[in-house]
Amino acid sequence: MTPPSRVPPLAAPIASAELQQALTRKSAVRPAEVVFSSLCLLAAWSSLGILCVLVGTVVWKAGGYLDWQFLTSFDSQRPELAGIWAGLLGTSWMIFLTFTTAIPIGVGAAVYLEEYARETWIVRFIRVNLSNLAGVPSIVYGILGLTVFVRMFDMFSREGIITRLSGRHIEAIVIAGVEIPLPFGTTLASGALTMSLLILPVIIVATQEALRSIPPSLRHASLALGATRWQTVRYQVLPAAVPGIMTSIILSISRVIGETAPLIVVGAVGFARFAPGKIGSLKDLADHPSGLLQAPFGKYTVMPVQIFNWVGQARQEFQGIAAAGILVLLGLLLILNGVAIIIRNRYQKKLRW
Amino acid sequence: MAKAFTNLMNDRAAAEQAKGGAPSGSPDAAGQTPAVQRVKVETRKLNFFYGASQALFDISMRIPEKSVTALIGPSGCGKSTFLRTLNRMNDIVEGARHTGEILLEGINIDGPEIDVVALRKRVGMVFQKSTPFPKTIFENVAFGPRLTGVKDRRELDEIVTTCLKRAALWEEVKNRMTDSAMALSGGQQQRLCIARALATNPDVLLMDEPASALDPASTSRIEDLIFELKENYTIIIVTHNMQQAARVSDMTAFFYQGHLVEMGHTQQLFTKPREKHTEDYITGRFG
Repeated sequence: MTPPSRVPPLAAPIASAELQQALTRKSAVRPAEVVFSSLCLLAAWSSLGILCVLVGTVVWKAGGYLDWQFLTSFDSQRPELAGIWAGLLGTSWMIFLTFTTAIPIGVGAAVYLEEYARETWIVRFIRVNLSNLAGVPSIVYGILGLTVFVRMFDMFSREGIITRLSGRHIEAIVIAGVEIPLPFGTTLASGALTMSLLILPVIIVATQEALRSIPPSLRHASLALGATRWQTVRYQVLPAAVPGIMTSIILSISRVIGETAPLIVVGAVGFARFAPGKIGSLKDLADHPSGLLQAPFGKYTVMPVQIFNWVGQARQEFQGIAAAGILVLLGLLLILNGVAIIIRNRYQKKLRW
Repeated sequence: MAKAFTNLMNDRAAAEQAKGGAPSGSPDAAGQTPAVQRVKVETRKLNFFYGASQALFDISMRIPEKSVTALIGPSGCGKSTFLRTLNRMNDIVEGARHTGEILLEGINIDGPEIDVVALRKRVGMVFQKSTPFPKTIFENVAFGPRLTGVKDRRELDEIVTTCLKRAALWEEVKNRMTDSAMALSGGQQQRLCIARALATNPDVLLMDEPASALDPASTSRIEDLIFELKENYTIIIVTHNMQQAARVSDMTAFFYQGHLVEMGHTQQLFTKPREKHTEDYITGRFG
């Protein structure tokens, strides 16, 4: 059945003892191989082990404190009444406001740097410094936020330049019924803007990476079809970059949720018995929905600052309360990261590479 | 726009039928182009520079309408650069500039009043590496018409169907319009790119080695397609493949080191080249 072979008849090979010996294994195992792979295995599992110990300790400490009452109550001097509701709301507001400012600015900056800017020395200078900015300690951003947003360079103080130029001491302006204090002072707005500055370098750098990973041929194909630069960015480049942008957002969410130091500097309250905009329940929302607009310009607390405050309390029960707070913090982090990852994967599927 | 497009497509279909009825009128049967053909694309003393280095020297060329013109020559001879000047894709290359004139139907495409975006819709381009967008097959072809504001789903459907048929891809993809274009084979992807280029309703098609990354069967399909498309489009194709140039083109231009050495009817250029250089290249003595 086999087709006729065109290869001429060949003699059988002669087995050589030298080859036989060269191919034979010297020992059953290679010791260096085993040692190295075990060390790698140990390294991989140790990180998981540390995480388990960490979470285990917190869970053990939080035992009995994490309940529905804890989630839905404001803070209190008495441990059995203390709750994290103010921090939960504050952190949610913080995430919302931070990302609504940081995403458009960050993505816009990255699109400009990658798609529009020509290679001048200033563009290179900005690129290098963005990476540097991503590594600046967060407390430095706290000081920056304090000067720029909380105090606004003292422009609006009695001796400030605005007061001297206008001849009036402005303390706030009212837009559409919303009272905006000037300077922003220790409000949620100051905190959120400070956090935006903190995560902007991360978002810009990661978005740049995402844009750079998109092949130029995609842009050329779009331009050759008579698309403008903007149409190319809007319909081809940005959609293809969404997974990369989402990755930067996932990284930033953890930072926004966890950062404590800069928020203490810009005036997050440690002990708060109020919700931002006085909206602490659905009933409040129905009673005065305008509070939603007022919330960014009021005092606030966030979960890590509350936890920090509890840890410093003298009564032993507050250590358990703090542990419960940490669990809520981790829970929120997992939920938000999960949502972001789902969105990213959806987009990756939609992309149909 | 879409209306005009459809009408034009119908006109073209009618013209094709008329031609089919009288095959003796086909330019290829006679082996030469008929006298009524007009100049579609012309360059006059085109010099092109990448920064300080000059890539093209004094290229003057007249390309007839509704024909296939092949640009041949060794790598780096400037034929792709020349091709990309014709729809101003070189504009996006930093440090690129040129002198001389590039005329499309007698209109200078470098004029200050020229909208480069509109120009690229009339002078379509197909790249060496197929570059489907990471979207569905339908969305790939519909991208061009959508840019010009076609929103009506039925109009889009019609354009997409017509263009896929013209690119000889319709039968293979008609039941999988919502599949990713990335799932197509290399040859299908390249035909999709041709369909996509047709959808902006161009009259000139620039092809930069469109079959160099394809297997012989796919190459042959693309060549058949080029042959069909020249009834309605002016096609300028860069190729490294001498046989391909000889098979598909009416005119051939030989580039060498940024100079246009010789241009003429393909048959004449391949059988009786005027220049020694051309002869050496097409017989494989260098390049």
